[in-house]
Amino acid sequence: MHAAIEATNAVVTLDVGLPGIVWGWIITMNMWAKSIGTGVIFLLFYLLKKYPNEAGYLRFPVTVVSLVFIHIFLLFTVIDLHHIFRFWHIFTQPHFTSAITVGAWIVTGLVALLFLMAFTVFIKKNTASFDKMLTWAVVISIPVTLYTAAIMAEATARELWQMPTEAVQMLLAATLTGSATLILMGGRLSYEAKRDLGLILGLSAFVAFIVYMSEMVFGPMKGEEIIVTLQAVKGAGQYTTMFWIGQAAAFILPMVLVLLSISSRSESLLKLASILAIAGLWIVKYVWLVIPQLLNLS
Amino acid sequence: MQLGFLVDLHLCMGCKGCEIACKVENEVPLSTWRLRVKYVDVGMYPETKRTFTPLRCNHCANAPCERICPVSALHYIENGIVNIDKERCIGCAGCIMACPYGAIYIDPETQTADKCTYCAHRIASSMMPACVVACPVQANIFGDLDDPTSEISRYIQDHHDTRVRKPEKGTNPHHYYVGGGDVNLNPLASERVEGYSLFNNITHLPVGGHH
Repeated sequence: MHAAIEATNAVVTLDVGLPGIVWGWIITMNMWAKSIGTGVIFLLFYLLKKYPNEAGYLRFPVTVVSLVFIHIFLLFTVIDLHHIFRFWHIFTQPHFTSAITVGAWIVTGLVALLFLMAFTVFIKKNTASFDKMLTWAVVISIPVTLYTAAIMAEATARELWQMPTEAVQMLLAATLTGSATLILMGGRLSYEAKRDLGLILGLSAFVAFIVYMSEMVFGPMKGEEIIVTLQAVKGAGQYTTMFWIGQAAAFILPMVLVLLSISSRSESLLKLASILAIAGLWIVKYVWLVIPQLLNLS
Repeated sequence: MQLGFLVDLHLCMGCKGCEIACKVENEVPLSTWRLRVKYVDVGMYPETKRTFTPLRCNHCANAPCERICPVSALHYIENGIVNIDKERCIGCAGCIMACPYGAIYIDPETQTADKCTYCAHRIASSMMPACVVACPVQANIFGDLDDPTSEISRYIQDHHDTRVRKPEKGTNPHHYYVGGGDVNLNPLASERVEGYSLFNNITHLPVGGHH
């Protein structure tokens, strides 16, 4: 690391300081809430296909939960803007090379569809139409959950965020939090259905953990910027503790708890795994969002 | 027409006249910058020297800021300048995340993104950018890269050590440096010691100016 510094003994003596963390906890909230909002749609679709009778009661509450979290995501997206009341420009003066614009339009479509679904199942009591719309909601939720990865890929200055691993992490975050949320909501589901959700939770945690570890260990192969960025989470870096708390809470402990719950048929352990996964994902997302911004670009 | 910039680092003496001219011309607020001169000290005492590198927006041909901007606030104008429309900007900071050169900031007064525009308003009136006019040693060379007879084009042809910053990013910058090495152009080639940065230790006199 810093071979050039060794060679030149160069020290920047006069330079402007870093502008600080530009995308901070508000954007973490954005990503975290979006994962839940789309994840519950994916998992509701799965449950209705595999357990149509016992999961039917979840149609309306899951749609409401999705709407609430998508709106939390939208709220935090808008309040992070320095010109909050100009967010309309995305619709009136759109620039479609930007993943921000494309995402905003797709999310708007998803929100409209979710409201229609809630109306159909709650007012019209029409589950057949709801299920047809749910298929489309799943289709739209995929780009909704992925587009933040595209924004990060367009953020050329932050090497750590580049595709394709961010896209995989976004999908896994959705399945992780979606299954965790439905475990917490699905009190009337059979143990088999909950076990399925637990397996999805455990597998999502496992794969996400592997991807993070791969990035951390093999990331330096990509370039010096990655090496310097990852110093913040390695050894005695300034985000090491937070990084490992996040990895443990979001991935390691849920994996273990899911395994224990399957061997003991314990629903309490599944619920604990779910709460840890949901809370831990916030920490994981925060660390990974912040650390590339510590790098001085000048 | 494709306007471009070249700084001959052999000539730059670190007077920061360009910084001040830019600040005044564009009313850049305190603690922010469109152009600044980075100083890097090299070597161990007594074998030391100081290098100077003016840094500004690179007006890339493949500008990530233009691509990520959701409302086209950052946009190309016909002479190749990446300009900014502050009335459109929603302040999402996507451009700040996208620019590999750290050249964009949020203006604390307007709360919109801002950066060097090569003084597009002056160029529209057939004037040179303020930093070019202010440079006492003509280290800043500005002109049309599409015109092979322009001074900047001839300078690039005559100097084989012409470089751009971070070519690996694929942004195709229209800002060139002559006489620059890693120490000047690569932010990872030098260490930043805490407490030795400009502007991060601003002190304020008490009312009346007395302690």
